[in-house]
Amino acid sequence: MARKTHVQTTINGEQTEFLCHPHQSLSEVLRDELHMTGTKEGCTTGDCGACSVLLDGRLVCGCLVLAIEAEDTEITTIEGMASGEKLHPLQQKFLEHAALQCGICTPGFLIAAKALLEHNPDPTEHEVRYWLSGNLCRCTGYDKIVAAVLDAAQSMGGDTR
Amino acid sequence: MSESNGSDRKFKWVGTRPIRHDGVDKVTGRANYGADFDLPGMLHACMLRSPHAHARILRIDTSKALALEGVKAVITSDDIPELALTDASGPTNFSDLSRNVLARDKVLYHGHAVAAVAATSTRIAQEALALIEVEYEPLPHVLDLRAAMAPDAPILHDHMRTKGVDPTPDKASNIAAKMELSRGDVDQARAYADIIIEREFETATVHQGDIEPHACVAQTNEDGQTTVWASSQGHFMIRAYSARLLQLDISQIKVIPMEIGGGFGGKTTVYLEPIAIVLSRKTGRPVKAVMTRDEVFRATGPAPATLINVKFGANRDGKVVAAKCKLVYEAGAFPGSPVTAGAMCILAPFDLDHFLIEGYDVVVNKPKTAAYRAPGAPPAAFAAETVIDEIAHELEIDPLDLRRNNAVSKGSQAAYGPKFSDIGLLETLDALRAHPHYSAPLGENQGRGFAVGFWFNAGMQSSAEVKLNEDGTAIVIEGCPDIGGSRASMAIMAAEELGIDVYKVRPVVADTETVGINDTTGGSRVTFATGMAVIEASQEVVKQCCQRAASVWDIDPTDVIWQDGCAVATGDGAKKLEKEDKLVPMPIAEIAAGAARTGGPITGKASLNARGAGPAFAVHLVDVEVDRDTGKVEIVRYTTIQDAGRAIHPAYVEGQMQGGAAQGIGWALNEEYVYDADGVLANPGFLDYRMPVALDLPMIDTVIVEVPNPRHPYGVRGVGEVPIVPPIPAIANAIHDAIGIRMRKLPMSPPNVLAELVRASGGA
Amino acid sequence: MREIEYAAPTSVDDAIAALAGAGVCRPFAGGTDLLVQMRSVPPSEQKWVDIKRIPEMTSIALDASGLRLGAAASCWEVSQHKGLRETFPGLVEAAELIGSIQIQNRATVGGNVCNASPAADTVPALIAVGADCVIAGPDGRRTVPVAEFVTGPGTTQLGDNELLVELVVPPVAARTADAYLRFSPRGEMDIAVVGAGVSVTLASDGTCTAARVALGAVGPTAFGVPAAADALVGTSLDETALERAAAASRDAANPIDDKRGTVTYRRTVAGVLTRRAVQLAASRATERSS
Repeated sequence: MARKTHVQTTINGEQTEFLCHPHQSLSEVLRDELHMTGTKEGCTTGDCGACSVLLDGRLVCGCLVLAIEAEDTEITTIEGMASGEKLHPLQQKFLEHAALQCGICTPGFLIAAKALLEHNPDPTEHEVRYWLSGNLCRCTGYDKIVAAVLDAAQSMGGDTR
Repeated sequence: MSESNGSDRKFKWVGTRPIRHDGVDKVTGRANYGADFDLPGMLHACMLRSPHAHARILRIDTSKALALEGVKAVITSDDIPELALTDASGPTNFSDLSRNVLARDKVLYHGHAVAAVAATSTRIAQEALALIEVEYEPLPHVLDLRAAMAPDAPILHDHMRTKGVDPTPDKASNIAAKMELSRGDVDQARAYADIIIEREFETATVHQGDIEPHACVAQTNEDGQTTVWASSQGHFMIRAYSARLLQLDISQIKVIPMEIGGGFGGKTTVYLEPIAIVLSRKTGRPVKAVMTRDEVFRATGPAPATLINVKFGANRDGKVVAAKCKLVYEAGAFPGSPVTAGAMCILAPFDLDHFLIEGYDVVVNKPKTAAYRAPGAPPAAFAAETVIDEIAHELEIDPLDLRRNNAVSKGSQAAYGPKFSDIGLLETLDALRAHPHYSAPLGENQGRGFAVGFWFNAGMQSSAEVKLNEDGTAIVIEGCPDIGGSRASMAIMAAEELGIDVYKVRPVVADTETVGINDTTGGSRVTFATGMAVIEASQEVVKQCCQRAASVWDIDPTDVIWQDGCAVATGDGAKKLEKEDKLVPMPIAEIAAGAARTGGPITGKASLNARGAGPAFAVHLVDVEVDRDTGKVEIVRYTTIQDAGRAIHPAYVEGQMQGGAAQGIGWALNEEYVYDADGVLANPGFLDYRMPVALDLPMIDTVIVEVPNPRHPYGVRGVGEVPIVPPIPAIANAIHDAIGIRMRKLPMSPPNVLAELVRASGGA
Repeated sequence: MREIEYAAPTSVDDAIAALAGAGVCRPFAGGTDLLVQMRSVPPSEQKWVDIKRIPEMTSIALDASGLRLGAAASCWEVSQHKGLRETFPGLVEAAELIGSIQIQNRATVGGNVCNASPAADTVPALIAVGADCVIAGPDGRRTVPVAEFVTGPGTTQLGDNELLVELVVPPVAARTADAYLRFSPRGEMDIAVVGAGVSVTLASDGTCTAARVALGAVGPTAFGVPAAADALVGTSLDETALERAAAASRDAANPIDDKRGTVTYRRTVAGVLTRRAVQLAASRATERSS
């Protein structure tokens, strides 16, 4: 078997090293090698968004990124969203709005919503729906997720203003 | 148990919206689902699946696969017990289940599991699959219901004779069973009808679409003792089914429930677990099995395609006098479609004296269907609610008036048998009329429709334990996997009874060895039935607390009542304490702290088989906009109104209503299994199996109606399933309102709608 | 064991050299098609040449000489580029329709063209604006029109050691605008059932003086429909002209029945989208002339 490649990267602000085969996806390595299972896998074809992570600040599906591409990049996963004992406002609003039922899609939605609010701090409902269309939720009908993101946007705007 | 349904009770926690106790784990990624669990030395399992829709297995040679470096075991159906064809319990036939888990003699659908490999990595296991040699004799396949019922149809099971037909036929058939429900005399009643409308409906095979693929880990020790970590709707079911299929004692298997990433009925049976157990036993190592999305679509429970014929006769006033229904449901490769439930639901909202319902359960070369949210009911409602709307239009009667005029209410004899107790159909219809959406203006090419949905709701077996901690906080131990926030509801009910803060209660879904038997999470039963067990167990704790206080106070226990989390003396006891100047309430924390001195730990347990699940009615109102050039239907506005009996945690009740509506919208508009000529599923992925994305839906307004269920201490009735029942007919009725066309075939996708538009305009 | 070898060159020359290795070598950009294909059919030994670290291939240059769009620039960069949306709104619309934000952050216009799906969204949009492909190989560079670059479902003119370096679009003529419309059942996350790219030029009196119409997902490759364009030129884009253009698109459409649509349906919608895309492009051209 071919030897694994050494990759050095930054995950949630922490320097991280891992070994991987070139065919392995980033979500596979996060989950199976680094045991960061907060990033979920629902399809491995980029259609459900459960494996959403940020790669150099860009929202991507971890299943469609090769782990080997992570060399010298910065990756943000759900495990890096809260700071210390304080939840990110999006996490808090998801809880308050009951924006999750089974919760399997939740990490992906939170990462996607975080990317949205970094790009557009004051989105309309339509913009939220458009942005989150790469994340499938089968439980909620999206209503409470959209409401939570809009509410979080408002509360975060309030923080910075 | 209290006899009162709590309709006059003042609640402190019931009806509030606390943050769910498992919430932080789920927003931080800490919650562990089926595939999130590893053990040292673990092997990975992959399944070899049939490339044919129907074929005889002539030979399987696994030797080359076994020889591959890293492969530790390869199994086929030879490695699991062959069960008698009649090995059944209730609706579950274990011979069929065994043959679905690993095909024996024949493969019955494309994707049917044939062999399994355990290897040191998934990649090696996948490579080994290609080295397994299987010789097939392809057989003609049948996917379509009409074709499957034809006399010359390819037969899936040579031993199958149609049940429910007298005399039993002597020839094999794909019609597994026929059932019938009737009352009165349809043919005679038809004479009173001023209008008779008969229509034929067709619905496509759809999938639950749970986002988490099926997954488990199994570890079998040298003594045969097995532990399974699985995400499912019922770990007791995993245990019982695995034991039965592998002929093990139930006590040899322990199942630890992982968090479940969506089920909707699709995780109410076993696929991987028995295989992982056998592979683990063969290798002496833990084995993990995780399906790909492709496998989930190809090999796990879709919901059936159906053909439904409905004939309603009504008098001039719009009262339905007679109805005849014929339902034909696809079972998949093995018998057991939800046609019986569909037949029992189709006329349930109608107060009707004369009807005849026939149901047919038909096998085809598709994966065995599994439960899907209100199994069988949505296609039935599509047919009945569309025809009712048509009758209203024909007679020029307001459809809501007509619905009210035919609606069942307390005391009505349900079409499926029992007399209804308190039900909320009329109340939901009245709430519909009162809703501003009902009379809001519509735009161009827009239309509005509504429809009623019914679901029985289930009770069944639940066990729970409530443990009082030393500081007066409490642990609720239950055994029903929590898919939609039910732990929060359990905590609310315990907090209500104990009189403590809801956040002082910690709800836990425990493994098969830690809590009494619990039936599967399904049938909208958990908040009702398991909730009842939690209430009973909490009441037992309260009772013991009162006794402990009585013993401390040295008064008669019957003189102690429970108020706001405190034991309070009354009657003679109070008089005694007053004299001693000791008449103060004793808080639960004080009782808990002193438990060691008053008799030891305080716990309450309850195990029950809950009866009296109150049926649920929902009415959905939808505005659509139809693009007449492309046939595309947009959902413009959506309102759901539902009788919840009593909403324990209203946010999660709303969540069920919204989620059910969204699934129903997907079912109505775009979801369908597309097969090619070879019987191969052409769209086994989320790209081409088109479930709604956020952009496809509007906000979904909710109105919770509360007509308390008299058979539950708080009035709870199940809420999870009924919201998927009305969307399809509501949308069909709205499309008719928009463009004057009745859609009677699902999905109401752009090509199908456009074809009807073209036909209506006299085109080809 | 079947393995993938990975290389990440930083210049076009190095990439060409890497592609010249033995066995199957594939340029790897966003990977949104390649990784999915790898999972459904595990590859034999392959070398993947990651082209995203080549500055020339990720740049977007828009000036008086037109657009030079690096083949490895992501759809997201295309949609966020200042000026590009104003100049080629149809092309940007096509890039934005490709998958989710997650996909757009990875997928590239060059990759969409090279993947050569009959339903590729950017191909009809590129044909409508008259785009060319610049191909680099061991023997230098050559240029081919996008319409000729894609030769069939999944096949292109690219030779084994060649690389699509950039897409070149001539500057927009006065009073000219493009539009791209796609029909799919879902609002997002879908594949075109039909796609229509259109560019029109209007005289100051509103007469259409030039037009291009291209269709996707209704044939083995996306293609231009000269008859539809001819129906528009010389008219004021009145109802008769629109209907003739739509009819020309319906006639030119040569679709198949598959899970995403039927022949009849696709033909009909090809006409509908042609009409709508012409109207959209025309309203943009009118805005530009005022």
